[in-house]
Amino acid sequence: MSQIGPVLVDGVIYSAWLFIAAVGLTLVYGVMKILNVTHGSFYALGAYAGASLTGAWLAKGYPPMLSYAVLLGGAILVTLVFAPAIERGLLRFMYAKDEVVILLVTYALFLILEDTIKLIWGVNPYFVAEPYALLGSFEVGGLKYPTYNLILVGLALALSAGLAWVLHSTKVGKLLAAVIHDPEMSRALGVNVDRFYLVTFTLGCLLAALGGSFTAPTVSVVPGLGVDVIVLSFAVVVIGGLGSLPGAALGAVIVGLVRSVSVHYLPQVELFVIYSVMALVLAFRPRGLFGLAEPRKI
Amino acid sequence: MEGLKKVAVAGVIAAALAPLGVLAQQPVKIGFVMFLSGPAASPFGVPAKNAADFVVDELNAGKGPAPYGKVGFGGSKIEMVQIDEAGPTTSVVTEYRNLVQRSNVDLVIGYISSGSCLAIAPVAEELKKFTNFFDCGTPRIFEDASYKYVFRTSPTATMDSVGAAYFVRDTKGKVKSIAGVNQNYAWGQDSWGDFEASMKQIDPGVDVKTSQMPKLFAGQYTAEISSLLGTGADVIHSSFWDGDLEAFILQASPRGLFDKRTVILTTGETAMHKLAAQIPDGTVLGARGPFGPYAPDNAYNRWFAKGFEAKFNAPPNYASYQMAQAILGVKAAWEKAMASNGGKRPTNEQVGAALEHLAFDGPGGHVRMAIGKGHQAIMETAYGMTKNVGGKLTMVNVKRYPAEAVNPPEGVKSTDWIKGGFKK
Amino acid sequence: MRPDRTPATLVAILAALALGGLVLPQWLLFILTIACAQGLVVLGLSLLLRAGLVSFGQALFYCIGAYTAGALSRAFGVSDLLAQMLAGTAAAAAVAFVLGFLLARYRGIFFGLLSLALSMIFYGLIVKSETLGSTDGFNLAKATLLGVRPDEAWVRYAVLLAAACLTLLAALLTHRFLRTPLGRLGPAIKDNEIRVEYMGASVRYAIHVNYVIAAALAGAGGALAATTVGHIDPEMAYWTTSGEFVFIAILAGSGSVIAPFLGALIFGAIHTTAYDLSPNTWQMSMGVALLAAIVFLPDGLWSLFTRLRAAGAGPK
Repeated sequence: MSQIGPVLVDGVIYSAWLFIAAVGLTLVYGVMKILNVTHGSFYALGAYAGASLTGAWLAKGYPPMLSYAVLLGGAILVTLVFAPAIERGLLRFMYAKDEVVILLVTYALFLILEDTIKLIWGVNPYFVAEPYALLGSFEVGGLKYPTYNLILVGLALALSAGLAWVLHSTKVGKLLAAVIHDPEMSRALGVNVDRFYLVTFTLGCLLAALGGSFTAPTVSVVPGLGVDVIVLSFAVVVIGGLGSLPGAALGAVIVGLVRSVSVHYLPQVELFVIYSVMALVLAFRPRGLFGLAEPRKI
Repeated sequence: MEGLKKVAVAGVIAAALAPLGVLAQQPVKIGFVMFLSGPAASPFGVPAKNAADFVVDELNAGKGPAPYGKVGFGGSKIEMVQIDEAGPTTSVVTEYRNLVQRSNVDLVIGYISSGSCLAIAPVAEELKKFTNFFDCGTPRIFEDASYKYVFRTSPTATMDSVGAAYFVRDTKGKVKSIAGVNQNYAWGQDSWGDFEASMKQIDPGVDVKTSQMPKLFAGQYTAEISSLLGTGADVIHSSFWDGDLEAFILQASPRGLFDKRTVILTTGETAMHKLAAQIPDGTVLGARGPFGPYAPDNAYNRWFAKGFEAKFNAPPNYASYQMAQAILGVKAAWEKAMASNGGKRPTNEQVGAALEHLAFDGPGGHVRMAIGKGHQAIMETAYGMTKNVGGKLTMVNVKRYPAEAVNPPEGVKSTDWIKGGFKK
Repeated sequence: MRPDRTPATLVAILAALALGGLVLPQWLLFILTIACAQGLVVLGLSLLLRAGLVSFGQALFYCIGAYTAGALSRAFGVSDLLAQMLAGTAAAAAVAFVLGFLLARYRGIFFGLLSLALSMIFYGLIVKSETLGSTDGFNLAKATLLGVRPDEAWVRYAVLLAAACLTLLAALLTHRFLRTPLGRLGPAIKDNEIRVEYMGASVRYAIHVNYVIAAALAGAGGALAATTVGHIDPEMAYWTTSGEFVFIAILAGSGSVIAPFLGALIFGAIHTTAYDLSPNTWQMSMGVALLAAIVFLPDGLWSLFTRLRAAGAGPK
């Protein structure tokens, strides 16, 4: 029987990964009411950019310690190439449409990006294992864990703290709250709503790309990488409450811990864990744990 | 301008002559189906497509090694129609029907997923179209039904699990405990089921520590690896493939999972060139038959492996071998049927009759269509351990198991055969 | 009020299929049968769409219908198309009746995501059942029609004709339902629930009824697809399958009970053409087609017909 230490550590590591992969989705939904399927594409784009650029960096013999900066740079680069173009070129013409129709637009873009990725990087896998092993390892309950996992946990904490600070303690955050509450009114009062949308969408996609690029050293980057991330991140943010940052964090922690417990003690049910948690939460809290009720319009 | 004119004239002449050529040698149109998109494209679909491209080019140029030296199939050039296997079963079946009834192919070679193969077999029978499965593994196809037009020139997945268990017995002796990590879908469940049953046949006292079944394409295995490390089994079995396999190796290797125990990766061959630096010495790799590093040194293998590597800058993997074997097997049957048809183009029924119980050789060695009423191939298999020599993986301690030792005899279901103690 | 031309159009389409089927190539007959099956599911989906609800889990009922047909074939040797479709319809409706008490409380994206979670749990359950072949699924016995197995050369035509008759029946019944007071509530619910409640109607009851009808249609479609394809597997319940149905529903638009079938047919045509012309980039072709449909035909394909009719009826 497994000790409690590794069960918790595994849960925390998985939660951190889930949070990084999912938080951009809740941000974009919270501000723009868009359930962004291209989130998965940006995760994959980030992974490809991270793996290929870091691979090239290491092959040139540059200092391996800086490879973490290259992972970050890769995510930023690929997001800046695609995200603003998608928002300015297509999405902004769709804001008047139904939530579901916009979801389908992003689904169409997801299909297009899947093949675009294949055209750019081909179907062969990319690996960049070095950053994973570079920092050595630590031990819990007699089991070895690469220290890289702590980077993921740190990144997750930094992201949640940073986003919370921007939203609650800055002028931008206050303006954003106004845009979320009533875009038309904000526009009338002189807030540049278009720019908020552009920046939010780009930031949301950047978070997905970061998730991908920092996952790249632990996986093989192959076509279809982003597909499962979409539903997984949907589940996490729905459990927490769509559009809620603390919700995404709580959702990630719940799913991460429940999954870890099931893997250690009851591996047969691992397949159901996430969707069962999601169905249970929705059954008792129809808008998720931190979801807010919408005002009823008569 | 002068050059252009010459080309134009040549084109006109060629166009004028073409009908004659068509009359003399109508090409054999073969439909090839494999994953060209999705996660199975890179490890299986594209290497198989490359193998088809290479072998068909060589055969059309009459450059195959004897007895495959005739141009194309019996002198008629091969024309390829390639389609993607990805998508739900409804669309896989729709596209098969389109291939047969709209593109009017003469034969079909394809299918990697066992689900596709199970669904396609009765349709092939309905449309009376000769169809050869080149890669899918489930033994259920010819155990649950019998077909006239359907063949499989690759061995079933049973022998991967049985061979792995034999290899443990022969290299490790008595092991106390085993554990598994397999994907939660039919392939993973069957592979583990067969391996567990085989190990229990060999040693009824063996202790099963844990059977981890993460969902397909999960990608993150931190908790599973912790569980495997924590339970301390002597032998760990995994039928992970490609992306999942590679992610598993990348995550498990730095944590020392491979250090004190034997890890068997039944499809590990697809990763051996890509992850040479990450796979520790002593890891047991399978290739789903005598393919890749386990392929014999025969004329076919020298022709295929060298030519493939020269053309694509990468060695062929087992899916490539299976595709090459599938084409050569059908060619052998076609030419045999043609000979008994007085040199005329054979019908699908004649090709099928010729392939039943046929034995032929390919880059993986000797293939016999011995079970499934002559529709299912058996071959020997091999397992070995990795050893890193100058950055490249080589296989040492290789054990080969003859076809009869790792495949059930005619008419016996593989699960019954394993549970009955591997009776010949 | 204009005379109701839908029943006459449906019968005309059936007659055209019966005649055209005699000369159409076999592969097209198969695609038409599949379009019937998918059209049935999408017809149900469009009922929900009228009420402003999008289900990302309609594949649950599609799969339940298919596995009910499979169970009949496997356990009881019943391979009659009619029996299978009736059983599939009943099983899906029964499950929807129970789930409806929960789901009728949900709106918008939450309705969609809860239905997605339920279908994924069902997917997991079948994947876990190794006796049902897990993800490999299993084959069904060849279909019979009223106990008779048609001759091989005619089987595609016969199955299509039978499927088309049953589909026509389902479409007519749905059409009738849409003209009842309860059926007319859909768009009103989408527009403003509170007003509907003020009128004295129960929104929850209306949604529950729509949900059960949609599931019954999906069950019928699943059973038809199962017998036609001859193979079932759990991917029929996977979220991508549900996504495909939503794709078709949006492509088709909701103006008539005929639209879903047209949508399914065009979807099939786009899919197979994309496969044929660009085997390596068919996803991109599908994406572009979907985008084009949303941008240029915001009310779906059916709006082409209504526009034509409006142009014809205008002043000369």
